[in-house]
Amino acid sequence: MNAQTQFRTCPKTGLKVDLAAEKLIKANAVVAIVFLAIGGLFGLLVALTRWPAVHLLSDELFYLALTAHGADVLLFWILFFEMALLYFCSAVLLNSRLAMPKLGWVGFWLMIVGAVIANIAVLQGNSSVMFTSYVPMQAAPHFYLGLILFAVGALIGCILFFATLVIAKEEKTYEGSVPLVTFAAVTAAIIAVFTIVSGAIILVPTWLWSLGIIQHIDPLIYKLIWWGMGHSSQQINVSAQVAVWYAIAAMVLGAKPLSEKVSRLAFLMYILFLQLACAHHLLVEPGLSSEWKIFNTSYAMYLAVLGSMIHGMTVPGAIEAAQRRKGYTNGIFEWLRKAPWDNPAFAGMFISLVLFGFLGGISGVMMGTEQLNIITHNTLYVPGHFHGTVVAGTTLAFMAITYPVLELIFQKELMFPKMARWQPYVFGLGVAGISLFMMGAGTLGVARRHWDITFADATLSFEYPPMALAMLGLNGLAAIMAAAGGVMFIVVAVGTVFFGKSLKETSEVQATPEGVAAVSSYGSETELQLPGTVVLISVFFIAFVLYYFINWKYLATVWPMS
Amino acid sequence: MAIHSPTNPLWWNERIGKQELIWILVAFVWGLIMFFAMIYWHIAGEQNLSNESYRIDPEVYAERVENFTTTYQVREEGDTGIPVVHPPAGSDIYMIARLWEWYPILELEKDKTYRLHLSSQDWQHGFSLQPSNINIQVHPGYELVMTITPDKAGQYSVICNEFCGIGHHNMLGRIYVTD
Ligand code: HEM
Ligand SMILES: [Cu+2]
Ligand SMILES: [Cu+2]
Repeated sequence: MNAQTQFRTCPKTGLKVDLAAEKLIKANAVVAIVFLAIGGLFGLLVALTRWPAVHLLSDELFYLALTAHGADVLLFWILFFEMALLYFCSAVLLNSRLAMPKLGWVGFWLMIVGAVIANIAVLQGNSSVMFTSYVPMQAAPHFYLGLILFAVGALIGCILFFATLVIAKEEKTYEGSVPLVTFAAVTAAIIAVFTIVSGAIILVPTWLWSLGIIQHIDPLIYKLIWWGMGHSSQQINVSAQVAVWYAIAAMVLGAKPLSEKVSRLAFLMYILFLQLACAHHLLVEPGLSSEWKIFNTSYAMYLAVLGSMIHGMTVPGAIEAAQRRKGYTNGIFEWLRKAPWDNPAFAGMFISLVLFGFLGGISGVMMGTEQLNIITHNTLYVPGHFHGTVVAGTTLAFMAITYPVLELIFQKELMFPKMARWQPYVFGLGVAGISLFMMGAGTLGVARRHWDITFADATLSFEYPPMALAMLGLNGLAAIMAAAGGVMFIVVAVGTVFFGKSLKETSEVQATPEGVAAVSSYGSETELQLPGTVVLISVFFIAFVLYYFINWKYLATVWPMS
Repeated sequence: MAIHSPTNPLWWNERIGKQELIWILVAFVWGLIMFFAMIYWHIAGEQNLSNESYRIDPEVYAERVENFTTTYQVREEGDTGIPVVHPPAGSDIYMIARLWEWYPILELEKDKTYRLHLSSQDWQHGFSLQPSNINIQVHPGYELVMTITPDKAGQYSVICNEFCGIGHHNMLGRIYVTD
């Protein structure tokens, strides 16, 4: 073993923690939260501008803020946090030393420099191209350069992750197979490598084009490859977020996956069946055939969706099983009622699970259907959908796991526990609002990325139905609530990191948190009945099917075309 | 637990519970249904996006639109100077997207079928027909040709729903459908 590596033993879990890994986790998590704060602020400004009665920003500032919002939250917040998760799932969960921590810092600083450069480019005002930067619209060269540097940094993080897995295996720091959560992180990291390579393939030529070295970039091919990055990175988020669900269920309740086999297979499906999922961003583009679109949006049977639907059952199932073994066996839902709802990790995780399924999941499959995309493409329905996935799902899950991480990795006692307790509810409700109201406005045809849907300065005139304007007003209110939830999170997290009482001196060694070991030794071999989970997924499934067919009916009312 | 290695080292031999199996089966069949729904709609549904498209030089396309406009122009829209064209039923009709207009204004007849050509002269734009709510991406260099049959009379607007620079939110076009 490497002589320089220093470990501490976690008093709560008994895990051996490499101090170098710990430092990297802390740094990445803190920077992530900084970008969440910046990006969230831009999000609030954008939402307040789209509220017709408020219409806060000027047109130029609106498009600038929207570009900054997309980049800061979707790329920088999420990926910095995922770097922290990768180090956690490899070094910490496997009791291993981290491979090449120095290189980890190189990656970290590359990511920071890249993110800062991209932000500067956007704030300078001539790179308001949205984070998708569709050509032939052109941003300043350093906008692309910033994104490229950021991606290289993230790639380094993935390499370290894999190297650490190899070390852990060779040094036999764990027995048998890697934990499910680590396995999930492996799928996320594999997808990440694919993602970053796609990103490089498209962003490097685009950068050269912005410098005048390359003459032409085909807009359709740009989009195809860009979404090879853009969509797969969403699959990283899903993998990471589902890993977080399992991790929180395990940490808080001692829940064990119902079947390791099923859960791992479901993760594997993410890798096997998403690579051309970029197709569902191109369903109404010219130049691609219906056969190509149908096949690639679904791979003939929606197996990546199947993966998520499986987790949608096995996660609550694992929680129900754990709770029932603890004795909460009355009726269908005692296990759920008696769940630790005042623990922000658990509450955040469960809200994330429900909102991701109902809001993000169902809407995503609906609009990812070849013909149904005609009634949703580029309307506000799209941001409505992905605020259900990447905000209510991923962001809330990441917030939820931050609470235990503050105690275990930062070894700090939570500041403002009351505020922490309410945070998932406030944020969850706010985000559910933005997701639903944007989807509502989108269903009425309202365009996304649009400064003025009253068309006050246009030569011609057009009015959306009054209901659409009302939706945007409600969206503004929900955005204020979501922002409040975000501020609560940041206050608790930053407060705890910098001013929290250290747990290092006070904590006595306690092998496992209470109640955790007791329920962890059975899988589904003992075939526990899970009526609550069955009811939950039945409700979900019925909602899914109904909503899906309602939208076909809606499609049938628009002009016939072929 | 999910954060520890599986307690049973031979976890892949564990039996899968019945509830899980049923759900997997239901979800799998649902996936197949959704896949076949798309194919079914191509056969029986009336709203499908055309597969006919061509690569085209944006300047050439602009010229064609201009010819089309001068041939069938019937009036100008109010005092805006934007030409309104009334092409014969069943014919090829053209619209171009450019910074920041949809050109020209079309006047179509209800329940007649047209071949609509769409392309962009500069950046990407988003053809969003309201209130019918039909949304199609428009690329420079690609000409999409689709058959449309307006089945309700009235005044429709074409909004741009792909961000295309600072005039994006003023980019508004119009299609009239007459009885
Ligand atoms: C306080 C929380 C948030 C609010 C109020 C908010 C609100 C909004 C609004 C109103 C839009 C604009 C829709 C449009 O005009 O097209 C938007 C876009 C977007 N949001 Fe958020 N958002 C929040 C948090 C987040 C987070 C945490 C993420 C990602 C993890 C995120 C990702 C995005 C993305 C990717 C876009 C699209 C930008 C584009 O069209 O280029 N948002 N958000
Ligand atoms: Cu436009
Ligand atoms: Cu536009």
